[in-house]
This record gives sequence, C-alpha cells and structure tokens, in this order.
Amino acid sequence: LPPAEPEAAVLTRPGPTSDVVGLGRWRAVGFVAPALALIGVFLIFPALWTLYIGATDFRLTGAAAQAPRVVGLDNYARVLRDPSFYRSLWLTLVFVLGSAVIGQNAFGFALAYALRSTRQAVRRGIEALVLLAWILPSSVVAFLWIALLDRDEGTVNVLLGQTPGTAWLIAYPMVGIILFNIWRGTAFSMMLYSAALSSVPPSHLETARLAGSSTAQTLRDVVLPHIRRYALTNTLLITLWTFNDFTPFLLTAGGPNHRSEVVAAYIYNTAIVGGDMGYSGAISLLVLLINLLLALVYLRAARARRSA
Amino acid sequence: MSLVRTVLGRIATYVVIALCTAFFALPLLWLLSAPFDASPTYAVRVPEHFTLGSFAEIGRNPYALRSLVNSVLLAGGTMLVVVVAAALAAYALSRVRIPGRDALLYLLLLLSSVVTGTAAMVPIFLLIFQLNLIDSRFGVVLVLSGGLLPAAIFLLKDFIDTIPRSYEESARVFGASPLQILRDIVVPIARPGLATIAVWTVVQVWGSFLTPFILLRDPEKQPAAVLVRTFYTEGGSPNLALISTFSVLYSIPVVLMYLVAWSRYGFRFHGGIKS
Repeated sequence: LPPAEPEAAVLTRPGPTSDVVGLGRWRAVGFVAPALALIGVFLIFPALWTLYIGATDFRLTGAAAQAPRVVGLDNYARVLRDPSFYRSLWLTLVFVLGSAVIGQNAFGFALAYALRSTRQAVRRGIEALVLLAWILPSSVVAFLWIALLDRDEGTVNVLLGQTPGTAWLIAYPMVGIILFNIWRGTAFSMMLYSAALSSVPPSHLETARLAGSSTAQTLRDVVLPHIRRYALTNTLLITLWTFNDFTPFLLTAGGPNHRSEVVAAYIYNTAIVGGDMGYSGAISLLVLLINLLLALVYLRAARARRSA
Repeated sequence: MSLVRTVLGRIATYVVIALCTAFFALPLLWLLSAPFDASPTYAVRVPEHFTLGSFAEIGRNPYALRSLVNSVLLAGGTMLVVVVAAALAAYALSRVRIPGRDALLYLLLLLSSVVTGTAAMVPIFLLIFQLNLIDSRFGVVLVLSGGLLPAAIFLLKDFIDTIPRSYEESARVFGASPLQILRDIVVPIARPGLATIAVWTVVQVWGSFLTPFILLRDPEKQPAAVLVRTFYTEGGSPNLALISTFSVLYSIPVVLMYLVAWSRYGFRFHGGIKS
C-alpha cells in the first residue's frame, strides 16, 4: 500500500540523535577515534605546527637544533627579501601555467574531442597509452624522460639525426619539465573532458553542423557553455596537484644552476639538504596558504556546478 | 565546399591523433628495449644481443629484492591501517548522526588535499625527526595513512550509506553487539567498497616517492620507488641494465591493479584524489 510508506519511514527513522543499530554516541566516537587520531597527528598538527616552525630558527644540526629560538617574523622578512625565493616562485608559475593550466588542459580537451569520433579500437589504444603515462610510478617515468632527452643516444636526438646532440635537460630544463608534466598528467583532463563532452546533447552538435558553422564556432557556441564549469574545476585541481608535485626534481634536481628550481625543489634543497628548517617552514606556510586558497575556490566552483 | 571541409577536418583529426600517439608512446619505448639488451644505453633499439640476464642480476642484487619487499610492507601496512580505521569511522559516521558530520568530512578532505607534497614536506620531516622515527617504515606507514584516510572515509561512507539498515536492525533485535553486527553483517556486504579502498591505497603507496624519500635514509629500508635511484655501476654511471629491468618489475603490479580496477569499476576509479 503506497500511502502507508511515509508513515513507516517516520516510524523507523526517529529523531536525529538516535541511531538504528544501537551504536550509541560514545561507541560511535570510539569508532571514529583511531582515524581522527591519525589524521590529527599527521595532517592537522603538521599544518598548524608550520606556523610555529616558520617563526623559529630551527636547524637540523648545531645549537639551533637543540634549542630553537623564536625569531618572530624574521624568516618571513628573509623570504620576502630573497631573490632565489622569487626565482623559484616565478619558475613555479611558469611550470604550472605552461604544463597544467595550458598544456594538460588544452591537450586533454583536444584529445577528448578528437577521440570522440574515432573508431573504438583507436580510441581505446590511445587512451591506454595516455593512462599508462599517468599510472606508472614517478621514479620510473623520470628515468624514461632522462633516456628520451639524453644527449648522446636519446630518442629525440636520434629522430633529429644528431648524436651526440643537445643535452636537452641542461640546455632547456624548464621546457623539459613542462613537456614532461604535460605527458605525465594529461590523462586526468582527457578523462574529465570526455565525460563532460558526453553531456553535450548530440542534437545541438547536429544542428550546428547543419547550420554550417565552423569547428571553432561550434566549440565556442555549443560545446563551451556545457563544459565551462568542468573546465574551471579541472583547472583548479591540476593546478593544485602540479604546484605540489615533486617529480620535476627527479628529472633535473632543480638544476642546472637553479634554472628549474620550482618551489618543491627549492623547499627540499633548503630544508632537507640545507637543514634550514625555520626558513623553509616560512616558505611552506606560504605554500599551504596558496593550496588552501586553491582548494576553497575549487569547493566553491564544485558546489556551483552541482547546483547548476 | 562542406565535403572538402569534412575531409580536411578528418585529416586534421588523424594528424593530431598520430602526433599525440607518438608523443605518448616515444618515452615508453625504452622500457621495452633496454631490459632485454645485453649492454643497454639510453638508446631505443632492437637489442643486438638479446638477454634475460638483467632479470637474473636483479635476483642476485640483495638491495633490489629487499626494496620490493619494503614496498610490499609499506603498501600492505598502510592498506591495513587505512581500511580498518576508515571502515570503523565510516560506519559510525554513516549510522550515527554526529552533529556537524558532513562539514567535518569536507573539512578533512579539504585538509588532505592542502597538506600534501611540497607543503607538508618540512613539518612532516621535522615531526618524524623529533619523534625519532627517521628510518622507520612504521613512521612512513603512519604518515601515509594520515594523508589517505580522509578520502578513504569519504568514499567508504558513501558506500555504507547505500546499505539498508534493516539487516542490522534485525541482528540487533536478536541481541548482536555493534562490533558483531559490523563484523558479521556490514563487512561482508561492504566488501566491494572495502576492496576498492584497499586497492586504491596500495596503488597510492606503491608509487609514492617523496614521503619515503625524505623519511628513509637506510637503503635496506627504502622501497623500490626510492632505491631505483641508487643503482650505479662501479664506474659511477647509472646502471641502466638494472634500472630498466627493475623499473619493469616494479611497474607491473601497478599496471595490473589498474587493469583489474578498470575492468571492474570503469574510469571512476581514476577520478579520485591523486597524491
């Protein structure tokens, strides 16, 4: 009897504080506690602790390792006066813009759009290749690219007919890591855009075709309105990931002569190699704040997409 | 006119596709040739002297084998911690209405994507340094678990929410305790969800580089991801036979797990959080 259902639902689902399986609030807290403890110690505490680290002269060795002093905002003042910090920030901006915001985005969309109308076998084959670049462990793909760009026998130089040819990672380290990261990460954008493209009604595309509009016009007037929100959330996600990615370090170690020292490599070199934790903590806090900003904008955009 | 345009469009599409294929395939070729070459270089070529000797050399290298064991230990340990802690938490959060539950989950998810990689390097290293857990695989397991748990709880809670409560209610009527209900009713029903989380965790840990790289200095404790960078010949140049062969062995499990996950759950599996 359909009309009885709502009443039954009311009966089996009582007030908000009770629970059907009799777990009880305190036992529920006990169930959640192990996970919360781990998250608290290894996620929340480190984030908050960064505030303190950045305000001390903490070093890994020497007197400051035994008893770090609070130096207030000195580290931040140092960071903001330090040209090598601005250089790494600039290189990171170039890296993120070039490889993620433009590279992965455009390439991922182009692939998704081109593969839409190709035969199933071709499509599956290329998707598998692109995915392979995304799932292989980062220390493996780093070697693949070092081999690819090698001066003496690398595939690129062989194809250009010059062995020995250019030592690409030394001559053009930034171009190298940008192309690498496009290769590495395009899979995500490709999959996201092919999902987004399937939400474009085929009848709209057909109408555009019959009206004789060019590909550019179709993309702008028919496709773009449907995928705009996906494009925004995709861009924010890949920006966040690329910004925090350590893999470029495995290709160039920030060199030669700091020319590809993005923030990830810069923090590693000053903190773990140099042992200057206070100073690196100050930079980490800036990175955390940028991450937080990106994530908050992402959540806002994702919520807008769901309610739209 | 429109026919010409259609043909040109087709040609352009296939040119783009051919170039893309080349771009994505070229770097991978080295992994197909170098492991089977008796004297491998950085060149991609058909081996002059085909050999499987490099695989035997891996077997003789004590560090190489031990690093694969370490990878298994790290991945297995983290998987255990994440699955157990996330299952308990997700179950409680799904069945008991704790005030602010959804906000809390979103906040944790947000934190796990913010406190990651570059940003977390310094405080995590210093925390483990102060706890005297440098060179401890257990420490790495804890750190990795903390980072993966929010997403695992989030995904599992979604899954457990779809399980009807009527079974649990009947079991409760017959006097089963909450832990019994969890073990005998919820876990068997939620097994696909738990398996997804388990595979996802193993894939994440197997490939992770930065955390074990900064926290493990002893080559006897390093996982494959870190150790592969230390293969040098006595002459001081990279030992390409060992590197390429080891890379293949080390990559196979991840590729297999993705294939299994792909055939079972489709692409959704990849859409999650990648760290």
